[in-house]
Amino acid sequence: MEHIVIIGNGIAGVTVARHIRKLSDKRITIISAESEFFFSRTALMYVYMGHMKFEHTQPYENDFWSKNRIELVHDYVHTVETTAKKVHLNSGRDIIYDKLVLATGSISNKFGWPGQDLEGVQGLVSKQDLEQLEITAPNNKICKRAVIIGGGLIGVELAEMMASRHIPVTFLIREKGFWSGVLPMPNAQLISRHVKSHHIDLREEEEMAEIIPDDSGKVKAIITKKGETIPCDFVGLCAGVRPRISFLENSGIELQRGILVDRHLETSVKDVYAIGDCAQQREPVGERKPIEAVWYTGRMMGEALAQTICGNPTQWNPGHWFNSAKFFDIEYQTYGWVWSNPKEGHAHFHWEHEDGVRAVTIEYDVATRKFIGINTFGIRMKHEVFDQWLTDQKTVDEVVASLKEACFNPEFFNRPFDLIKKEFQATQNATA
Amino acid sequence: MSVYQRNMSLTGEPPKALSRSEKVASAIGMIGLFILVLAFFNVNLPWKGAWLTASLVLICGGVIAFAKAQYGNKQAGIKNDGVWFKDLSSRGFYGWVLAIFLTSFYIVLYFYAELLGQGANGASNTGLIGLFDPLSYLLKGKPASQWFVYGTLYTVAILSFGIKFIWKYRHNSYEVIRTGSVMFFQTAFAFFIPEIMAGLNATKDLPYYDLKNVWPLNYYLFDQWNIDQLLANGSLGLTMLLFGIASIFVITPILTYKYGKRWYCSWVCGCGGLAETAGDAFRQLSDKSTRAWKIERWLIHTVLVFAVISTVGVIHSYLGNDGKYWLTATSFLISVAVFLTVLFALIWIFKRDELQQDAKYGAIGFLVIILAFIAIHFMAGTESLFFFKHYAVRSTYGFLIGSIFSGVIGTGFYPILGSRAWCRFGCPMAAILGMQQRLFSKFRITTNGGQCISCGNCSTYCEMGIDVRAYAQKGENIIRSSCVGCGICSAVCPRGVLKLENGPLEGRINSKAVLLGQDPDLMELLSGKK
Ligand SMILES: Cc1cc2nc3c(=O)[nH]c(=O)nc-3n(C[C@H](O)[C@H](O)[C@H](O)COP(=O)(O)OP(=O)(O)OC[C@H]3O[C@@H](n4cnc5c(N)ncnc54)[C@H](O)[C@@H]3O)c2cc1C
Ligand code: SF4
Ligand code: SF4
Repeated sequence: MEHIVIIGNGIAGVTVARHIRKLSDKRITIISAESEFFFSRTALMYVYMGHMKFEHTQPYENDFWSKNRIELVHDYVHTVETTAKKVHLNSGRDIIYDKLVLATGSISNKFGWPGQDLEGVQGLVSKQDLEQLEITAPNNKICKRAVIIGGGLIGVELAEMMASRHIPVTFLIREKGFWSGVLPMPNAQLISRHVKSHHIDLREEEEMAEIIPDDSGKVKAIITKKGETIPCDFVGLCAGVRPRISFLENSGIELQRGILVDRHLETSVKDVYAIGDCAQQREPVGERKPIEAVWYTGRMMGEALAQTICGNPTQWNPGHWFNSAKFFDIEYQTYGWVWSNPKEGHAHFHWEHEDGVRAVTIEYDVATRKFIGINTFGIRMKHEVFDQWLTDQKTVDEVVASLKEACFNPEFFNRPFDLIKKEFQATQNATA
Repeated sequence: MSVYQRNMSLTGEPPKALSRSEKVASAIGMIGLFILVLAFFNVNLPWKGAWLTASLVLICGGVIAFAKAQYGNKQAGIKNDGVWFKDLSSRGFYGWVLAIFLTSFYIVLYFYAELLGQGANGASNTGLIGLFDPLSYLLKGKPASQWFVYGTLYTVAILSFGIKFIWKYRHNSYEVIRTGSVMFFQTAFAFFIPEIMAGLNATKDLPYYDLKNVWPLNYYLFDQWNIDQLLANGSLGLTMLLFGIASIFVITPILTYKYGKRWYCSWVCGCGGLAETAGDAFRQLSDKSTRAWKIERWLIHTVLVFAVISTVGVIHSYLGNDGKYWLTATSFLISVAVFLTVLFALIWIFKRDELQQDAKYGAIGFLVIILAFIAIHFMAGTESLFFFKHYAVRSTYGFLIGSIFSGVIGTGFYPILGSRAWCRFGCPMAAILGMQQRLFSKFRITTNGGQCISCGNCSTYCEMGIDVRAYAQKGENIIRSSCVGCGICSAVCPRGVLKLENGPLEGRINSKAVLLGQDPDLMELLSGKK
């Protein structure tokens, strides 16, 4: 019986395993060093905040795996020997595979800041990071101030986590507004304002120069590029993630930033595949980046690869882009592409409610009026409807006129679509 | 896992202690409770009316002040910080203390009312019940009873904790309106209307009748004393009786068809009302395992069968065949049997595919039992139905289900089993509504394409122990007979994935192999369309 070995029990590895099981009788083994059972990485913040216990982050009951004949090995792979089709584990055990799936995820970026390896300096990616956080920053007596570097999705989650334990936070971001490399400026500023309203000391256009230790080798303060010293007991490094591939360096598998894969998600070595955060597309698909460290991509790659492994070669060919996040109390969803600055020939329509927590930004093509994408803040939208509209290449006018149909807000919620329509009309008349 | 958890609790000391304003608020509420305790120990309080007012005002004030301290200076949004760190809300020491206190209270209430000061044989009330006399006289001109005390405290709890709940979810109109509704129905229908009507001169011993309390939740509706007293009140009583019957056979099915069981369980019902307000702090304690789900299905349907049998037995016993009532015992039994058989046949013919395997076995098994019992009765032809004396069946039901299950365990164990243990495992009304919700209703919770990140907030905060995530991460609608439509899963979801909706019956139960966002060809392939 063919033996499929999967390294990594994150969403990518687990999805491919589940789908292979649905499609076939192959022997499946998942190896992971991080945790015995699959858990949802995106929920780590809620464990620290006390919304959930760690076991609540596990999407399947513990006996799910044996019921589905998926063997779990809780160990670390230190070497992959592709010639012998073998992986070597820390425990000394070797496992022979017929096909190998690398779904090893990410680690936090470190850009060579002085002091980046001091005690009290860490990122937030793994379960172990969470455990370390409980030691370094359990409360505001042990951690009197936290400094967070990097204005991305994990940074703002970490800020919210700290705030839930009343730990004062200084949040340094390089850009002019929160995540403004991705969000159009009005959106970025809306989030900046909201973050500040939660008593986070958010500093735009500010970067860290170095981290200063105390006598015991623990972080004591940081110094910003502008020369300010900020005393702190914790530094959160949240300047993005990169693929976790160091153990593959001598494996003969072609690596760049990530593990290079073709459109069938196969690496340079036959029968070795890579999916999820660790995979890097040789040729990016559409407007997508070659490495996509998002949950959905891991899941969808898993679904596609299971087909290939089970004899139905399937290219990685994802549908329309979508994503979502939550910034403190503001939910964000996006469908299609909205760039921080409109692409050439495109324009943005912005609408913001006077309550300051609801907003919409739409990108469209000026000449053809084609709808390109939408960001919504504080308004839930239907994925299905936007997916269809993108496929049908609706115009921006059609989309704005029928936003109501795409609304996914709970019943009785106030729906601001008439206001949006009015403002859209007004801006269109002004430019016409 | 377990090692990890222990480590965390050793090193991590998240702020879980009460803030100063929360302490002050708790103290205010405690003083209010303390007055009740004094009364309980028969401390003779002069001006009972004033003390009672003070006590109730302090309890309400304490709860509301606590809500203000917790949510007042925070922005609108989800307020679950520290839920699993706080002792009370995570089955810690104080959780158990509270559970034991509540359980003892229920035992005394149901079985030892004299301890609360209920005056026996016309003697006047003393103690706690005596303290409530002034209010009772004010409303209906009669002394209080243990049930009056309970009803008053129950209403106070729903009102004060309802305000807390609304404060907590002030950003969510669905929660605000729904909570307003349960507060209204409790205060008007369960408290003021029946109490005042019972005191009207025009009525002769009109029994306490909470019009929104539908059989089989209201299991004594068809008891002989209740029927006789209703009928003794002429057209008013008859109207009430007819309304009760219409509630079962007309109003409930229509509303459940249109809105799902939520119209009752989380908008109207008093048990649900208490669970949603006073019980809100404990909703996360419900058991989400598939084992618990299995127990739930067996237990709740067994209770339903028990309720049907005991009610049928009771009615049959007093109807007789001598024409005292327009319906005779025999024709009554035959009509019940016919009704159940037709109902079952319809379900079987039209909804067989939607029933899961074991639900089918359950339905067949239970139907056979009911029919067998009735058949045996005809053959025996004696006055004792179902081998027992009918009222023995009825009083066993009242004791086991009405008192022990719904009160002592259902509410007393809030801090251990979560706020809806009764609604989930025991309520026969919920069983009926649930069956209809699963098979014949427009209600469903829809999931938003591929947006779920499997975080688990929805499952954790589902008070009915539904593993919502299991559906959401597959993009499937959630159509579960136990869902009471509280809307909290939708509220706590950080990615906007869940929406409670009423929609067309077609395509209501969907199962998708692959979620939206994937290669469209692959999606078609996997969903079998290609
Ligand atoms: C805090 C946080 C919040 C996030 N929130 C969101 C969000 O809201 N939405 C979103 O779309 N995405 C989010 N993401 C990103 C998302 O979680 C990741 O894209 C996704 O989890 C990646 O899944 P994966 O299966 O590729 O890898 P992972 O989940 O990282 O799993 C890889 C596993 O492989 C193990 N492993 C690696 N190497 C070895 C080895 N040599 N031997 C044994 N085991 C090994 C690792 O220990 C790990 O357990 C978030 C990420 C973080 C950290
Ligand atoms: S539906 Fe929402 S709350 Fe539930 S697991 Fe998915 S993202 Fe989390
Ligand atoms: S599934 Fe959602 S709406 Fe239904 S009971 Fe659970 S939390 Fe409430």
